[in-house]
Amino acid sequence: MTAVDNTFNLPGQRAPLVTGKADYATITQDVCAIAEQHRPPRSWYIAFAVSVATLGVLGAAIVYLITTGIGVWGNNSPAFWGFDIVNFVFWVGIGHAGTLISAILFLFRQQWRTSINRMAEAMTIFAVMCAGLFPAIHVGRVWLIYWLAPYPNWLAMWPNFRSPLLWDVFAVSTYATVSALFWYLGMIPDLATLRDRAQTPIRRMAYGLFALGWTGSARAWHHYERAYLLLAALATPLVLSVHSVVSFDFAVSQVPGWHTTVFPPYFVAGAIFSGFAMVITLAVPARAYFGLKHLITPRHLENICKVILVTSLMVGYAYSIELFTAWYSQNPYESFLFLGNRPFGPYGVFYWIMVTCNVVIPQLFWFKKCRTTAWIMVVIAILVNVGMWMERFVIMMSLTRDFLPSSWGLFIPTPIDIVMFIGSFGLFFTLFLLFCRYLPVVAMAEVKTVLPHGHQP
Amino acid sequence: MTAHATPAAEESSERLCGLLAEFADAPALVEAARTVREAGIRRFDSHSPFPVHGIDGAMGIRPTVLPWLVMGAGVAGAIVALVMQWWTNAVDYPLNISGKPLFSLPANIPVTFELIILFSALTAFFGVLALNGLPRFHDPLSQSERFRRATADRFFISIDARDAAFDATRLRGLLEGAGATAVETVYEAPTAAQIPPVIYLAGIVVVSLALIPPLWIAKDRRSTSDTPRMHPVRDMDDQPRFQPQADTPLFANGQTMRLPVPGTIASGDLRDDDHFFRGTEGEQFVTTLPPQVQPVTLAFVQRGRERYDVYCAPCHGLAGAGDGITSVRALARPDSPGWVPPLSLHSLGVREQPIGKIFNSITNGIRTMPAYNAQIPPQDRWAIVVYVLALQRSQNAVLDDLPPEEREKLELRDFRN
Repeated sequence: MTAVDNTFNLPGQRAPLVTGKADYATITQDVCAIAEQHRPPRSWYIAFAVSVATLGVLGAAIVYLITTGIGVWGNNSPAFWGFDIVNFVFWVGIGHAGTLISAILFLFRQQWRTSINRMAEAMTIFAVMCAGLFPAIHVGRVWLIYWLAPYPNWLAMWPNFRSPLLWDVFAVSTYATVSALFWYLGMIPDLATLRDRAQTPIRRMAYGLFALGWTGSARAWHHYERAYLLLAALATPLVLSVHSVVSFDFAVSQVPGWHTTVFPPYFVAGAIFSGFAMVITLAVPARAYFGLKHLITPRHLENICKVILVTSLMVGYAYSIELFTAWYSQNPYESFLFLGNRPFGPYGVFYWIMVTCNVVIPQLFWFKKCRTTAWIMVVIAILVNVGMWMERFVIMMSLTRDFLPSSWGLFIPTPIDIVMFIGSFGLFFTLFLLFCRYLPVVAMAEVKTVLPHGHQP
Repeated sequence: MTAHATPAAEESSERLCGLLAEFADAPALVEAARTVREAGIRRFDSHSPFPVHGIDGAMGIRPTVLPWLVMGAGVAGAIVALVMQWWTNAVDYPLNISGKPLFSLPANIPVTFELIILFSALTAFFGVLALNGLPRFHDPLSQSERFRRATADRFFISIDARDAAFDATRLRGLLEGAGATAVETVYEAPTAAQIPPVIYLAGIVVVSLALIPPLWIAKDRRSTSDTPRMHPVRDMDDQPRFQPQADTPLFANGQTMRLPVPGTIASGDLRDDDHFFRGTEGEQFVTTLPPQVQPVTLAFVQRGRERYDVYCAPCHGLAGAGDGITSVRALARPDSPGWVPPLSLHSLGVREQPIGKIFNSITNGIRTMPAYNAQIPPQDRWAIVVYVLALQRSQNAVLDDLPPEEREKLELRDFRN
């Protein structure tokens, strides 16, 4: 960690959000240098090669799936939803932390967000792309996916607007659109910085095209700040709605274990939980690797760990209230699921992994040592994401044993299922590595506004 | 590019764009902006790498109209979403889902909410671009090498030469007095703002090429062709299978169609009761009703009458005299020489037939009368037979057939008038 420890709060004094000797020029230089280096280090190439290879495997698997049919997955009757929807919920949940950091913390004037919001928003967009992939190919005949949209057509049919699955289409596509707009709007001033520093005509033209002619005009900043505030205010209820709607996919159905009112808040808390864990997983290596330790400080990481701890408690509460409701309701199907099948049935081991990773292990963050030691928090964060994936899997497997024992079954993933899940990480990391290579990974304009005055020239 | 920014370059071909002053920090920028505004200049702007507090008041920037635009878009999103859901699912194609109301607010809130957010966010984004005049890919200020630090770590004020109160010498003094670290005059060549011809040409080529596919599709949709329609996605149209009555190497006899195993009887096709299904016993027609329809009830006779009126009366007539409407009309036509009128059911030949023969006539047809076994189930055929017997009896009754009390009533009546 850096020499300055800004994780303590001294009475009457704000802890600095940027440590070391940073001013406007050095921040510009430090952040732009990442995108301006002629040849990135060998490790970037290695990581990129691995990611692209994984992405290629994903592409091949998708082609195989589309040309053959979704029978290449382990989905069956009664497990109509398998890894496809597990991965969808997993990835869309990861995305939530980015919007939380960029929008909700912005509205709450949590200025520590400025150093990590760009990276977190990028994570959001790439995660939503991974998420959108799975339901899209899961429909089977992908080339007819436009039937989901309400457009006048010769079938004289319209979508069913009272179906949670249709709500999902609207929620996730709106979320992807608004996240991308928010990310891009925030990046315009920084793209202008890269344009103005560009040494070659191609770079100048490429960044200039996307900077849209931004000159940092005060009149433009005036509209811009209000637009940013408005987008933050719009994205905040949006992010809460997205995972609520995702949870409706389950909660509006009749399946025991799904049909509960706790699902929307439970899903939202879980999404933020997993998303912040992913932020730790990405930010800790990135800050060390790109020399951004003075911008993404121990205080930032500690704050994220605290959010993970709080959301872990929320998720733990949801798990226990599910058990309580199953017992208290005396509903035989709920009781069977929660008190018998889920913890002790064929997928019981995954339930206990979920409880361990999501509820037990994050309790380590009560200790300051764990909140400030990089490797410990990365290990915990990865375990949290393992646990959150298991959570979605455990929920999905409620399908295999519902009301009628004669129609019980099992879901066993095929190799294609597993390859596609791993492949989605290839997509995510390919995009993330390209982002790190060519775009400003820290919101320079925003960080400059939170500099301590003593550091200004 | 011929444009450059040097105080000395005052060639006649270059247009004077304005003054550009650099400042070291944000507080100096705010103070200078206030000074410029107080000097009566209106067409000026300040540039900073991040939004500077207090600059709006110093420059006299009025509150942005953007929030009102966004609110309008949000309201529009709500209306569009609600009308769309109501019209599509309740009016244009009423979609009944488990008998729930066709339009009910709770079920339609999620989509409405998402569209409010979507419309608002798109308006906020494109609104800020429009209000700022972006994208703008040419700015005279970009000709200044110095100005490139406006997005990094320096602060600038630019004054437009088109301002009514523009006076380069006076303003230069004003800016330097306000603490500018450097002041320069910005010129621009008249051609600098034009798009290079190469880009024009490339644009025309790209647009022309992009128009080919839609025009092609439009042409094909409008015209006719004698070749089958292109069908890129086959879905289930192409299903490899053997056609009936075609060859196959798969089976020993070379036919795709399979014959049933000898002696196979389809479900419901076993008719081993000659009396009931054929009205025969050995070679003879039966003279008794089959046990399945005995004892005969009034309801059975009425059933027979109802079926008779449907199937038989059109030719044989309601009373069985052979004067059904079909026969009457056929005989009335001069151009129907082949018509054989049906027999009266009361003729002696018919009355003497065993009932198995009547049943057989209905079942298999006789002379020009077609078979009715496909239309009328055996039970109903027997009902018709019973009704025909009743008709025959009614049309050929004698006084002795009546019960004594009915006969008395009849004998007491006076038929003379």
